[in-house]
Amino acid sequence: MESLNLTLKIWRQKNTNDKGNFVTYKVNNISTHASFLEMLDILNEDLIHKGQDPVAFAHDCREGICGSCGCMINGRAHGPESGTATCQLHMRKFKEGETITIEPWRAKAFPVLKDLVVDRGAFDRILQKGGYISVNTGAAQDANQILVGKIVADEAFTGAECIGCGACVAACPNASAMLFVGAKVSQLALLPQGAPERASRVENMVMQMDDEGFGNCTNIGACSAECPKEIGQHHIARLNREYHIAKLTSAEEGAVG
Amino acid sequence: MLDSKIPKGDIKDKWANHCFDVKLVNPANKRKFDIIVVGTGLAGAAAAASLAELGYNVKAFCFHDSARRAHSVAAQGGVNAAKNYKNEADSVRRLFYDTIKGGDFRAREANVHRLAEVSVNIIDQAVAQGVPFAREYGGLLDNRSFGGAQVSRTFYARGQTGQQLLYGAVSALNRQVGLGKVKLYTRHDMLDVVMIDGQARGIVTRDMVSGEITSHSGHAVVLATGGYGNVFYLSTNAKASNATAIWRAHKKGAFFGNPCFTQIHPTCIPASGDYQSKLTLMSESLRNDGRVWVPLKADDKRSPETIPENERDYFLERKYPAFGNLVPRDIAARNIKEVCDEGRGVGPNKQASYLDFAESIKRLGEDTVRARYGNLFEMYEKITGENPYKTPMRIYPAVHYTMGGLWVDYNLMTTIPGLYATGEANFSDHGANRLGASALMQGLADGYFVVPVTIGNYLATLGFNKIDENHPAFKEAVDKVKENTKLLIGINGKQTPDEIHRKLGKIMWDNVGMARNKEGLEKAIAEIKKLKEEFWSDVKVMGTNEEVNEQLEKANRVADFIELGQLMAEDALARNESCGGHFRTEYQTEEGEAQRDDENFMYVSAWEYKGDGAPETLHKEALEFEYVKPSQRSYK
Ligand SMILES: Cc1cc2nc3c(=O)[nH]c(=O)nc-3n(C[C@H](O)[C@H](O)[C@H](O)COP(=O)(O)OP(=O)(O)OC[C@H]3O[C@@H](n4cnc5c(N)ncnc54)[C@H](O)[C@@H]3O)c2cc1C
Ligand code: SF4
Ligand code: FES
Repeated sequence: MESLNLTLKIWRQKNTNDKGNFVTYKVNNISTHASFLEMLDILNEDLIHKGQDPVAFAHDCREGICGSCGCMINGRAHGPESGTATCQLHMRKFKEGETITIEPWRAKAFPVLKDLVVDRGAFDRILQKGGYISVNTGAAQDANQILVGKIVADEAFTGAECIGCGACVAACPNASAMLFVGAKVSQLALLPQGAPERASRVENMVMQMDDEGFGNCTNIGACSAECPKEIGQHHIARLNREYHIAKLTSAEEGAVG
Repeated sequence: MLDSKIPKGDIKDKWANHCFDVKLVNPANKRKFDIIVVGTGLAGAAAAASLAELGYNVKAFCFHDSARRAHSVAAQGGVNAAKNYKNEADSVRRLFYDTIKGGDFRAREANVHRLAEVSVNIIDQAVAQGVPFAREYGGLLDNRSFGGAQVSRTFYARGQTGQQLLYGAVSALNRQVGLGKVKLYTRHDMLDVVMIDGQARGIVTRDMVSGEITSHSGHAVVLATGGYGNVFYLSTNAKASNATAIWRAHKKGAFFGNPCFTQIHPTCIPASGDYQSKLTLMSESLRNDGRVWVPLKADDKRSPETIPENERDYFLERKYPAFGNLVPRDIAARNIKEVCDEGRGVGPNKQASYLDFAESIKRLGEDTVRARYGNLFEMYEKITGENPYKTPMRIYPAVHYTMGGLWVDYNLMTTIPGLYATGEANFSDHGANRLGASALMQGLADGYFVVPVTIGNYLATLGFNKIDENHPAFKEAVDKVKENTKLLIGINGKQTPDEIHRKLGKIMWDNVGMARNKEGLEKAIAEIKKLKEEFWSDVKVMGTNEEVNEQLEKANRVADFIELGQLMAEDALARNESCGGHFRTEYQTEEGEAQRDDENFMYVSAWEYKGDGAPETLHKEALEFEYVKPSQRSYK
């Protein structure tokens, strides 16, 4: 088993109001089979034994599915391996003697709570404005009464996969949330069940997105490139189209009503 | 006496009769009731959304930063339902039968039948919410098969079924949050139940950002806080999955049902070193197309591709020709352990078996295999650095699910009036072994369809008097939690919470794991008692209460895991038989299968807390099997 000796430059910030700064640490004998977060566990256990405050980082499933984890690793959201969440990154992707810089997501809409932990509540507030189909429990018809062709279903799935990690926002120079919002809007717009609320959904979600202070999309593509679920940029295109159609329909409805 | 409150009548009519007999709360009065739901996994999110839709005021809590991150999100394989879309003679009755048999005749018939009945509604509900299940080209839903069943009744969304079902349930919850019917408290750790006059009337929480410890009142409390597999330290559960909510409820009077019934999942990625922080599941669905084998000879050092067919032992296919690789989990896990104990294990420390896709790739083509399992193969490669399209996976059993949990009656109410437990947090439907794709089904059944009915019955008799938050019980409960927090931080010993947790995990895995016996269990109990003392004198909790502090969160959880671990061992010791996942080496058939003792152990054990350090009292709920005759389980 190979092992690595590394230097870590980690962003430390006590709370939202603290200014924060980088602190340098050394870790030795890290197995290349260990995960990146296991490497941080080792550092933290060591810090505690030295009576120092361990580094706060978000994590839970450690299987790349809950969306809890995420930090900037050497300037890249979720680190060097594409299509991979921070927790699925393994140390075999690093080199002996390397210095690794670790920072939290940086975006106005995601305030830092401590060290590498940020508040992504803005994402939920967007979803609460329309990221659903209005159907009460018990009001559903037999599932096979709704036909969805495999190709459409598969495409809807590629949006539904978003784990809400926030890497797209962190990677974007404008801190735009268009990929996150696009993924959900796209999933629901593609499915027949989502049709009745199509227009109001996209309008309300986009309004909330703007209120939260996310930036505009200028088609840079960094979001998709760093997304651990490789959510495609065409979902942003679909979001834009949905939004324009919605604006048109509500203008027409306004004229009728 | 334990009254499970099973309705009268034929099993097919019990639930319908009950729905008719329950007292109803008038729609206009529902908004006068506050219901607390702790947990936003499948069981909690489904309950919170459905209760709010009915008109109740709901306060929902989770320790995650978002409801969407509950551990249900990690479920891979699928969800069962008796839809019979495949024309395979499936039915509610067959799902009921399979689940009772799969649980090795240690589950309550009436509950399981209800579960099978509402299973079909779950799929309807999820599809209406926009859950993108796998489909066929004609637009109809697709199914696959899972262990312990001979029909294809499992609905799935690639290898991410739990994620998609959870996002569906959370979308319903989010809608109610938007409508103002649910107040959602994220990053809140529940640390106690507030009791007034013997009823559950609220909870105490710690705000995980500010550290503020406060109470919340409600007319009823639902705990949907998930399973306790992390007692073992290493498990397939998420790192923060814990037993604190149910354990603290237990200490307030809720009986604990079948604590020793733990599921060890046969196919997980083996540990790679002592820094290992968790284990990763490779879904059971892989056993549809993957073949489990080890070399015939012990100590065979050849690489798997070079071992000829006639020198391989496909031991599950050999021993269980009818079910083959798809035998239930407990049986598969024990057989893998057995071949490893014989020295035929593979990989660096010989604690693994192969799960081989070569033949399926030849038969179906790599593309089909990729379409079915692509994300699992990728996950395997990320973790191990090996490509499973080229070389067989290495897998080993790991702790995965806990069938035990708070004891609940047919209404899912615990022995504390007004306190409910749903999803993995209760003990209810899986007996001594859970079948694959049945936990998602149960969590959603409890949350969407059962609790919304049964809780109304309780509230209707309760009356909607506002709960007096000035009642001294609230302040008392808050003060207790504050005191406990101070105590933990004040110990300032030498071991981190994780270090003590790992010690507990080793005691549990060695003695209360896949094979248990009297001697080992007694040893475990003694060691856990010592570890508890060690914890309370030597744990080191860095930092303060008034900040984001994961060490403090962990310390609270480890303290509870230690006590629960002891109860698990006590329960395993008291159950002098083998059944399902509970395998006592003293009790096995000649062929090495679990030997039940129906005469003496056909009961649910329900333990009552008697105070710190005092032995708990065992209560028994006798199980009756009117519709499925108990037999020696056979998958040959
Ligand atoms: C890797 C994996 C794969 C699985 N695959 C399948 C599968 O394919 N099919 C299947 O049927 N089952 C599967 N299971 C089992 C199934 O996923 C779980 O049993 C089920 O999702 C549990 O749901 P739940 O709602 O009861 O709890 P969880 O989803 O665990 O939710 C618990 C909730 O409670 C909250 N909580 C817990 N404690 C507290 C506290 N003290 N204070 C505040 N909040 C708290 C959490 O924040 C969370 O919201 C799998 C399990 C694992 C581990
Ligand atoms: S779109 Fe991708 S990067 Fe953005 S939140 Fe979703 S999963 Fe994360
Ligand atoms: S910890 Fe869950 S996605 Fe990384």
